[in-house]
Amino acid sequence: MAFFSDPINVIADWLRSLLVGWGLAEGAVTIILALLGVLAVTLAVLLVDIFLVWVERKVVARLQDRLGPNRLGPFGLIQPIADVIKLLIKEDITPKGADKFIYNLAPIMALATVLVLWAVIPFGPGIYGTDLDVGVLYIVAIGALGALGIIMAGWSSNNKYALLGAFRSVAVLISFEVPMVISLLVPVILSSSMGFNQIIAAQDVWYIVLSPLAALIFFIAAQAELGRAPFDLGEAESEIVAGFHIEYTGMKFGMFYAGELLHALTFGALFSALFLGGWRGPGAEAFPLLGVVYFFIKSFILYFVIMWVKYSLPRIRIDHMLSFCWKFLTPLSLVLVIVTAVLAKTLQDASTLVVFLAFTLANILLITGTIIILNRYASKGRQKVAEPRPVAISPENRVSEIP
Amino acid sequence: MTALQILFLITAIVTLGSALMVVTSRNLIHSALWLILALFGVAVLYVVLNAGFLAVAQVVIYIGAIAILIIFAVMMTRTLVENFPVQMNKEWWLAGLLALAFFVSLAWMLGSWEGFSTSLPPMAEGADPLRELGVALVSPNAYVLPFELASILLLAALIGSLMIAREKKS
Repeated sequence: MAFFSDPINVIADWLRSLLVGWGLAEGAVTIILALLGVLAVTLAVLLVDIFLVWVERKVVARLQDRLGPNRLGPFGLIQPIADVIKLLIKEDITPKGADKFIYNLAPIMALATVLVLWAVIPFGPGIYGTDLDVGVLYIVAIGALGALGIIMAGWSSNNKYALLGAFRSVAVLISFEVPMVISLLVPVILSSSMGFNQIIAAQDVWYIVLSPLAALIFFIAAQAELGRAPFDLGEAESEIVAGFHIEYTGMKFGMFYAGELLHALTFGALFSALFLGGWRGPGAEAFPLLGVVYFFIKSFILYFVIMWVKYSLPRIRIDHMLSFCWKFLTPLSLVLVIVTAVLAKTLQDASTLVVFLAFTLANILLITGTIIILNRYASKGRQKVAEPRPVAISPENRVSEIP
Repeated sequence: MTALQILFLITAIVTLGSALMVVTSRNLIHSALWLILALFGVAVLYVVLNAGFLAVAQVVIYIGAIAILIIFAVMMTRTLVENFPVQMNKEWWLAGLLALAFFVSLAWMLGSWEGFSTSLPPMAEGADPLRELGVALVSPNAYVLPFELASILLLAALIGSLMIAREKKS
């Protein structure tokens, strides 16, 4: 059946003929169909977002040896809807001295910058928002707009903790954007394209196999971009309370929360598209809906790993974190990109096996070298700490030097 | 009017309007945010011109890096900004005159330029603008020298900023 091999186009053609049959102009029909597509993708993603609230609460509960929501519906599945109703009927408070317009715009920015990322992510073969030829760069650009939303929220709240939290969050975002962008270059070089459809089409061998190091760097940087533990410096109860969204109540806070959860799934989706072959899997070419299933399974596995890391690691001190980014991740990703570019160019016409072996060897060498250098650095640090240092003594206990 | 022209007019009005708000707004943060809208308008113009790469690069560089830097600088100097309510100084008429003269001369120059009245040439069949841009940047017959010079300039700026920010060991 045509519907199972190409569902989106079948529906689009049917709608188009229906609307043209009603006497609408061809151009107007195209615009209406595009708007309907936007609406469909946005609604689907937001519905998944509501489900994510339940997933997050349930998984963290199991990780902490609790039960989690289990009262409303089977397995507590209706709990997120109750949460949303609670958020909607809460009092909406705007702090005194807040910049009203920017204060109200910031949560919209926070959620919208996550939603628009889904425009370029392919769900399945032939099922995508738009095939942008600069898709990877588009992701980076939208990330920059996300940082803007955080700054707007922090500044307009007229609260020093919000401002400090925004500073911290944005400092982390900007720093970790560097290794992230450089590691994004690896799939771009390997597939010689920046569009997601071509990157997925080129992944006969998943790029996590060809370049595990790039995948790892991307994952760490993504964890930092999300502001999740061990990099959750934007929120610290003893220092800056809740960070940049401290003053927000009700659904405005809900939008920040929803944006944060959806951002994590979005990074899972990006990771699966860039390194895990996206929708590719047995039978996905013939049945695109199966591809969508594969895609979401991969994305949710990544989402689970992000949560797993978040709830099992303690946080890192901010100076450690920034030097980890600038002195370790950035140089490593630069070296990796150079090695990848040279290898990809020299092995242009080689067979898949040779390419696979060469890339595996290169990655193993890089990892070994990094570990040796890190070991040396760490032992130097230990020596420094172990050196005897002068100790302060209170005056009454001091031994008099006068004979 | 075609849809493209309507889109262009709306974008142009938004861009120019927000550019005006940048210089007239009383609050420096508002100015910075209006500046971001103006820069975004320019990015939309690139999209209208079918230059997707330039549009995305505009957002990454101007909004993601420069505007955020400006906002950081403004926020760090909040008290300074709020205690300085005067917007104009004595020489405002001179600046206005210079701006007007600059605008008139630019308008006159562009008016006599033939590219101003030609319509957008259609793209070649099957051409990939991104790939062609990339090839042009590294081809010796095109822009490899300016490209490398810009890289050296950026590297020098990077090293210079490192030297300034470095803690001096006395």
